[in-house]
Amino acid sequence: MATDPYVHSETLQGRIMKGLVRVTNAWGGVAVQGILTLGDISLFTLQMLRWMVTARPKRETLMPNFYSVGVLSLPVVALTGTFIGMVLAIQSYHQFKSIGMETRLGAVINMSLVRELGPVLAATMLAGRVGSAMAAVIGTMRVTEQIDALVSMGANPIHYLVVPRFMACVLLIPALTVMADFMGIVGGYFYSVIVLGVDHAQYLRNSRDFVGSFDLFSGVFKSVFFGAVIAIISCYRGFHCQPGADGVGRAATAAFVQSFVMILVLDIVLNLFLDAIYFTIWPSGAKLF
Amino acid sequence: MDESIVDQLARDGERSQSPTSIVETDRLTVQFGRQTILKDISISVPRGQTVAIIGESGCGKTMLLKSIVGLLKPTSGSVRFDGQDINLLNDQDMTATRKRLGFVFQNAALFDSMTIRQNVEFPLKQHGVPKGKQANRLIVDRLAEVGLPSNVMLKKPAQLSGGMRKRVGLARALILEPDLLLYDEPTTGLDPIMSDIINELMLRTRKRYPVTSIIVTHDMHSARKVADRIIMLHPFSRLKSGESQVLFDDVPEMLDKTRDRRVKQFVHGEAGERLMEMLLTKNDGDLETPNLYDSIRRNEGEGE
Repeated sequence: MATDPYVHSETLQGRIMKGLVRVTNAWGGVAVQGILTLGDISLFTLQMLRWMVTARPKRETLMPNFYSVGVLSLPVVALTGTFIGMVLAIQSYHQFKSIGMETRLGAVINMSLVRELGPVLAATMLAGRVGSAMAAVIGTMRVTEQIDALVSMGANPIHYLVVPRFMACVLLIPALTVMADFMGIVGGYFYSVIVLGVDHAQYLRNSRDFVGSFDLFSGVFKSVFFGAVIAIISCYRGFHCQPGADGVGRAATAAFVQSFVMILVLDIVLNLFLDAIYFTIWPSGAKLF
Repeated sequence: MDESIVDQLARDGERSQSPTSIVETDRLTVQFGRQTILKDISISVPRGQTVAIIGESGCGKTMLLKSIVGLLKPTSGSVRFDGQDINLLNDQDMTATRKRLGFVFQNAALFDSMTIRQNVEFPLKQHGVPKGKQANRLIVDRLAEVGLPSNVMLKKPAQLSGGMRKRVGLARALILEPDLLLYDEPTTGLDPIMSDIINELMLRTRKRYPVTSIIVTHDMHSARKVADRIIMLHPFSRLKSGESQVLFDDVPEMLDKTRDRRVKQFVHGEAGERLMEMLLTKNDGDLETPNLYDSIRRNEGEGE
């Protein structure tokens, strides 16, 4: 049976157009939703900052959060740091030994730890341990009307729930990062010097020569932003939790995943920023302190 | 009643001698996206009266309650508390107004992380009155008024039964001796004996304090027993053009004399053939509580 090529062509063209429209709609929807969420998070952050500067949080709301973020996270952060230091030693030793530079292990391990792995791992552990819990707790409060109860009794939920969590994360993550760095250095030293037999004096001298105060500073500086982003995303996800156990579970998962992605994105941006500052002020790569 | 709190509130000028109606809604409309929940609701609650709001699930009873307390911003219309439009109040005035409101939530909404004592004490701390021994005595008194011994004070909400949690919720709502007490389904999920205890507590509360009460309930026995007046709301989506969402607004005795078929069906708990047909044949989702969660969150976000 003969078919009209034009009709066929129109149909095909129409189908392609419809497909394109559908794809554009779908991606457009995702983009619009993304922009709306970003705007919503920005407003949420602004409200939180406004409450932070206009009304001092109460001691009874601050202390439990400081304890949860600072004290209870310490063992897991220290453990992670120790093992990462040892793993770095194991992974690097043979490559460095093959070129006769195993005494430089200290420089590589310690530099990696203080600049990158310490802050990122401390932040990741905090996002997993504290961020998810924040989203779950606030989400449960949302679905069981506890947040409505707070408002009905004249309390502002952002001031009462978000500000203390934000302050705990921002103020205590530098300490956790230093702990992760320290335990990583100890772990790396232990495995390199005690187990693998790298010369103790050389290991320490290379560490001292290559790792400067700016490296430590940059890691701690980045960690403050990581802490802020963990608190904001986790609290936001809790506040916008869907009803039911499934909703709370999703909020907790989303809090961790989105915090982790944002930690990585921020890590790149802050590294570029810090490198730009460093090489602008000290073009020859001199030490900051 | 604790004289010191009354004196303190009176000194603050917060128990004003104002209009006869303590709460008035004027053409109150609440919409979430394209869905209308409340449309042009105008009700007035005189000081000292106990009003029960009844109606099917999803007809907007809780939304009305949350609009009255300022937890939801209306799309249009106004809610006046003691003559003031609560949606026009600044933060400070809103906080002062909330000191005069008590809200008993459906599942009590006690703070899980706090002890019972801390839960009941929360409004006192929030508003800074009173402190120390005086506060402690108030907490013990309020718990005793709802039939709870002082040894529950150190327990967490999860360690209490549903009925006990609701009574703690009532004690917390009463701690500041509010002018207006709002109950969201106070007897839902309780056995008949505990439901009756809650009803009795509501009656005693009214006798003991000069409080106006609004009770949202499905429980006709409770509504008849406690309320001076009953208002029945109907889901907006099932109204005929021009009809009011308020199907009934009268004393409980008139419920048995009404000619409205929908009121009769609700009062006697009969679904009726027409409703069953809509539910089963037309698969009318409006017969159930609509999933408005996202829209409500957005609405609240705008309000914050």
